[in-house]
Amino acid sequence: MIFTSGIIRAADEVDDPTMVDEEEVRQSPFWDWEFAFNALPEMLMAFIEVTLVVTVLGTLIAAVLGLVIAILIRVLPAPLAWIVKWLANFIRMTPIVVQLIFVFWAFLGVIDNLTVGIIVFGVHYATYMSEVYRAGIESVPKGQWEATTALSMSAARTWRKVIIPQALRSTVPSLGNYAISMFKDTPFLLVIMVAEMVTVAGEIGAPAFRYTEVYVIAGLIFLAASYPTALLVNRLEKRLAYAH
Amino acid sequence: MPTPTDTPVIEFVDVEKRFGDNVVLKDLNFSVARGERVTLIGPSGSGKTTILRLVMTLEELTGGYIYIDGQPLTHENRDGKRVPVSKKQQKKLRTRIGMVFQQFNLFPNMTVLENIIEAPVHVLGQSKKDAITKAHSLLEQVGLPDKANAHPTSLSGGQQQRVAIARALAMDPEILLLDEVTSALDPEVVGDVLNILRQVADTTNVTMLIVTHEMAFARDVSHKVMMFDGGRVVEEGHPDKIFTSPEHERTQRFLSAVLGDQ
Repeated sequence: MIFTSGIIRAADEVDDPTMVDEEEVRQSPFWDWEFAFNALPEMLMAFIEVTLVVTVLGTLIAAVLGLVIAILIRVLPAPLAWIVKWLANFIRMTPIVVQLIFVFWAFLGVIDNLTVGIIVFGVHYATYMSEVYRAGIESVPKGQWEATTALSMSAARTWRKVIIPQALRSTVPSLGNYAISMFKDTPFLLVIMVAEMVTVAGEIGAPAFRYTEVYVIAGLIFLAASYPTALLVNRLEKRLAYAH
Repeated sequence: MPTPTDTPVIEFVDVEKRFGDNVVLKDLNFSVARGERVTLIGPSGSGKTTILRLVMTLEELTGGYIYIDGQPLTHENRDGKRVPVSKKQQKKLRTRIGMVFQQFNLFPNMTVLENIIEAPVHVLGQSKKDAITKAHSLLEQVGLPDKANAHPTSLSGGQQQRVAIARALAMDPEILLLDEVTSALDPEVVGDVLNILRQVADTTNVTMLIVTHEMAFARDVSHKVMMFDGGRVVEEGHPDKIFTSPEHERTQRFLSAVLGDQ
């Protein structure tokens, strides 16, 4: 409380009208329903326009690119496969925040911030998902490959019709978890000045110096989106298991 | 049973197979005539399965040459140098060879019908309609006419192996490789699968290279039996001779051990 009153005393000295009155803060209840309801629409909009867009598009990029990376590492000649593998390792082993800032400045004025976010999230998580796919591909029994050779199936047909469908079966839960994890990383978009839901929450809370409502709402929105996704992944996993 | 002609359809010339330092096959020379049924017997580790896998190009040939219909399968001798053949040539020859595996290796993500028509349609370029008609008649032949739309995992081992036989036959192979096809099956269904193969042997002219521990079956269908030990042919001959009066001591010992079990 010493900290708070320190700030307020300083505010009194400069007589800044936007600053919060000490009395008002003390009197306000811990939870203000009206404030919460007023904050909700703007936060939901930010959630849909930024958080959801980045997660959905990022997941799509990650799911496709991850599979491409995993297959390239398997089919390319050794030196090229090695380059792809280490590029992927490099991206996976460096923080996404650093990658966001780097790509943002590298392409400043060329790509808009939201697109930078989508691409960086997609590529970063693609390197994680490629590992999941790799494990899935390795889990396909050797006999399946041998059967495709015995039937003289083309490499493309072997991958598309035999290996990938069987590899995917075991990867669905992990891929779903990475999608949820990406979703929870979206607040990092703050570092490239993309106002996603959590940043918007802070902006709404600041003038009134009220943060409890907005951050609780942000948490609930995350939960409301993550939990059904997790259930969906679970159901998909079961359905894939029964299909065989 | 059709009699084999004199054209060699498979020829092994100075074949050697090593896994690292481990020599599995050495100086192996033999040929199989068109329509001939040859059974390879011998203790495990004697290299007989490796021979089938080399013909199917599932293992890399480390020395010598294999010819299919007189054409080199993996390497050719060009001016005294051993050079690999083109992928295209290898693939062309490979489509004439079919294989049935010990573990069936059906594609679990496809139905029985899809398993059977996949290669005829997409490798041989048959029309889907023709391939389906053929698949149904093959399923009839292996005694599973009502399983076309079943998934392999819903079938018993014996049923899966019968589908695998149908899948291999759907390619109209000149050469059929049978790699311990009954070893993973329950004893009571072994007879069904062997009867289907007997029927295939009796009604077609397909060349068969067989690895099996079912000696009665080997005796019934083979024109020739080859006894392997330590990567070499110990003895070979007509099944009647090999099974009733083997000359080599190693063959006698092997057969008494195997037949003693039955």
